[in-house]
Amino acid sequence: MGEITRAWPADTLARVPFWVYQDEANYTAELRRIFEGPVWSYVCLESDVAKPGEFRTTFVGEMPVIVVRGQDGGVHAFENRCAHRGALIALDDAGSVKNAFQCVYHAWSYDLRGNLIGIAFEKGSNGRGGMPSDFCKADHGPRKLRTTTLCGLVFATLSPATPPIEDYLGAEILGRVRRVMGKPVQVLGRFTQALPNNWKLYIENVKDTYHASLLHAFFGTFRITRLTQGGGVLVSPDGAHHASYTIGVPEDAKSAAYREQGIRSELDGFRLADARLLDSVDEFNDRIQLQILTVFPNLVIQQVQNSLAVRQVLPRGPDAMDLHWTYIGFADDTADMRQRRLRQANLVGPAGYVSMEDGCVGGFVQRGAAAASDEVSVINMGGEGTESMDTRATEASVRGFWKAYRRYMDS
Amino acid sequence: MNPGAERLLARVTQLNADYARAIDDDRLEDWPGFFAEKCVYKITSADNHRRGLQVGVIYADTIGMLRDRVAALREANVYERQTYRHLIGLPALIGPVEGGEVRAETPFLVVRIMRDGTMDIFATGRYLDALVEDGGALRFRERIVVCDSGRFDTLLAIPL
Repeated sequence: MGEITRAWPADTLARVPFWVYQDEANYTAELRRIFEGPVWSYVCLESDVAKPGEFRTTFVGEMPVIVVRGQDGGVHAFENRCAHRGALIALDDAGSVKNAFQCVYHAWSYDLRGNLIGIAFEKGSNGRGGMPSDFCKADHGPRKLRTTTLCGLVFATLSPATPPIEDYLGAEILGRVRRVMGKPVQVLGRFTQALPNNWKLYIENVKDTYHASLLHAFFGTFRITRLTQGGGVLVSPDGAHHASYTIGVPEDAKSAAYREQGIRSELDGFRLADARLLDSVDEFNDRIQLQILTVFPNLVIQQVQNSLAVRQVLPRGPDAMDLHWTYIGFADDTADMRQRRLRQANLVGPAGYVSMEDGCVGGFVQRGAAAASDEVSVINMGGEGTESMDTRATEASVRGFWKAYRRYMDS
Repeated sequence: MNPGAERLLARVTQLNADYARAIDDDRLEDWPGFFAEKCVYKITSADNHRRGLQVGVIYADTIGMLRDRVAALREANVYERQTYRHLIGLPALIGPVEGGEVRAETPFLVVRIMRDGTMDIFATGRYLDALVEDGGALRFRERIVVCDSGRFDTLLAIPL
């Protein structure tokens, strides 16, 4: 029996060993080096914590976190863990407090910045018991995270070294975030999708422009997007973030590209009974029908026609994750646009016509590669590089992810 | 209970039983037929419903959209072979039972059976229905499927 190796194939981003989706120790290292490291994790929308005292609870990696609007108008975030015995401080997904959070276990309380401000029976009872007189509350508290906001999105980081969000994203991706998130948003609904796979398989899937029209037959069947249509993928210089897009320039419907390859996407005679599903408005005035954007390590911003959503990726062990969908519209949507967004929400989500398969395909990899820890996946479409390309028949953005991933894991 | 209400309760119960059999027996093509031409079908969560958040996991506001859902499941979408077993409780009739639209609320439980035999409680919740007389049959003008949980395992392909 040979030793188990946890090595990467040398000198290429085009091969990824399967143990990265399976190994418990590697998973724990990811939580420390990536999620608790110098990255910006998406935590919630600014509108989720609009007024002082309004909070949401979420996670950074597996760390439970409270995000709350302070009395000063700033957004604060701290670990949802009492400094006393470690219990959750806030128990609801969202809510509002006046000036403080109080742990239910022994009533220790925290201000909106996560400072420990109150200890029940701190001085004891009838002169007996209580905390030692030299106990300093300021020395105890849940870990605090820095926050930043961008276009109504709230990000948090535990590291003092994380660069400003604008520098973190780079100009090109920043522009693509601003393109979609340019106005005050309104939440239309939330769902969670529990996926039976490692979190990285989902991120890769989202970055993978190559699979879209192959796995998702609905796309090709209804000509929502095709490889032969205009589009491309932008990859940030560090590889970490991406934006893929298709442009609504209808090409010759008889394009032979698919037919020659005999691909399942090419089903004849399949037409919608109610074509209003695909009735779209060019709301950003740039003919881009679809833009999928990732911010390393846990955010997806989706524009599929007029269906907008932010998706938060939450790791749940080496072989499981939760995907939190927040469907959004804009506060100034017309009634028609709102109805259109509700109809087009059918395209995405756990039952989405063009995203349903993404819920199961990660599990197919997790199960298919179960006995192949030291084998590798082949990520060679479009070469070995991570640069932006004006085609979607590339895996450049997937390689970009691994470039960033390995940099964080090695540092 | 007066005889009119009893008869109506029996009809709603039968409708739900027929609805469950059509889905669980993989006769999805029959599923849109339980709805009126002008209809709303939506799957949402109790949390979204309570907060008045409108979006659905599935949302259809015409019978055509229901037919499209079935066509997509048959022709386009990829998902591992699975079946449901619906257990539908007794309907509670809400409001007047004579004339016009009937409202009912009915609890359900759906077990999902995967191809490898794995069985899970996939969803529980309640149907909030508005029913109308339509060509001698009772059909759904509206069926809002309010799932108790907003967390869906892997994917939702077959309708609830």
